[in-house]
Amino acid sequence: MKSLEELQAIKMRMKDRVVLREGTNDIRVVVGMATCGIAAGARPVLNEFVRDVAEEGLSSKVTVSQTGCIGICQYEPVVEVFEAGKEKVTYVKMDVDKAKDVVEKHLKGGQVVTEYTIGAYQS
Amino acid sequence: MKELSLNVLDIAENSAKARAKLIEILITEKENVLTLVIRDDGCGMEEEFLKNVTDPFTTTRTTRAVGMGLPLLKLEAEQTEGYMEIRSVSEKVDSEHHGTEVKAVFHTDHIDFTPPGDMVSSLVTLIQGHPDIDFLFRYETEKGEAECDTREIREVLGEDVSLAEYEVISWIEENLREQFTLI
Repeated sequence: MKSLEELQAIKMRMKDRVVLREGTNDIRVVVGMATCGIAAGARPVLNEFVRDVAEEGLSSKVTVSQTGCIGICQYEPVVEVFEAGKEKVTYVKMDVDKAKDVVEKHLKGGQVVTEYTIGAYQS
Repeated sequence: MKELSLNVLDIAENSAKARAKLIEILITEKENVLTLVIRDDGCGMEEEFLKNVTDPFTTTRTTRAVGMGLPLLKLEAEQTEGYMEIRSVSEKVDSEHHGTEVKAVFHTDHIDFTPPGDMVSSLVTLIQGHPDIDFLFRYETEKGEAECDTREIREVLGEDVSLAEYEVISWIEENLREQFTLI
């Protein structure tokens, strides 16, 4: 069973990392989690971003957060990527595989995955 | 919704939006009846809003005039010949004891019962999104119960470590999944 001792150990490790954590956090990934998003499958998408960002060691520059309805319910699950000095990127009709792609190509590689953006769906 | 756990996530988001400090998610599954209670100490609803709250055209949304959260849960309960009820005290009426309780009862042997689904995933999502809110989650069956109280976790972690840290989230998830294998 996962024990409280393990939790204590996590706390100790985190303390050591506080110094390293003065990261820039310059990319924000925001997942729409209102009724429309949740019904369309936002939960696994959000959890995939949370897992991949942590496991790929991107935590110091990327934060993953949740928001309410973005207003384009027909395109849910919707994920917005905000980056300092750049235009917002809106990814639509997301799923777990697309989330993996976005982490790999966009968050890690700096290349917007144009085919998943709202522009690609509307044109 | 495909799973009740998604309704739980959705309804608890309302509690978070109501500035709750503690959100309790209590589920019991016994003798073909599943009872779901989501209780918070948030701002509550005023009587007029409460009266119409299961009407899809009543919503706090500012992006659309339609809100489907509570109507969906009500429908899912009623289609199993169960019910949903809401009690709420607005902070404007009682500044100390306010909040909202949503209770839904389902008959699990009914053909239209929505399966519980991945409750652990919903709880973890809620904690990740709202690391400053406390959650008490309990799932009880005839075999036993699975429980997570973030107040206990917070006590171990202290103030410096956020519950949204991936390692903490993963610990909570694995701990609960282990508990679920026993019930």
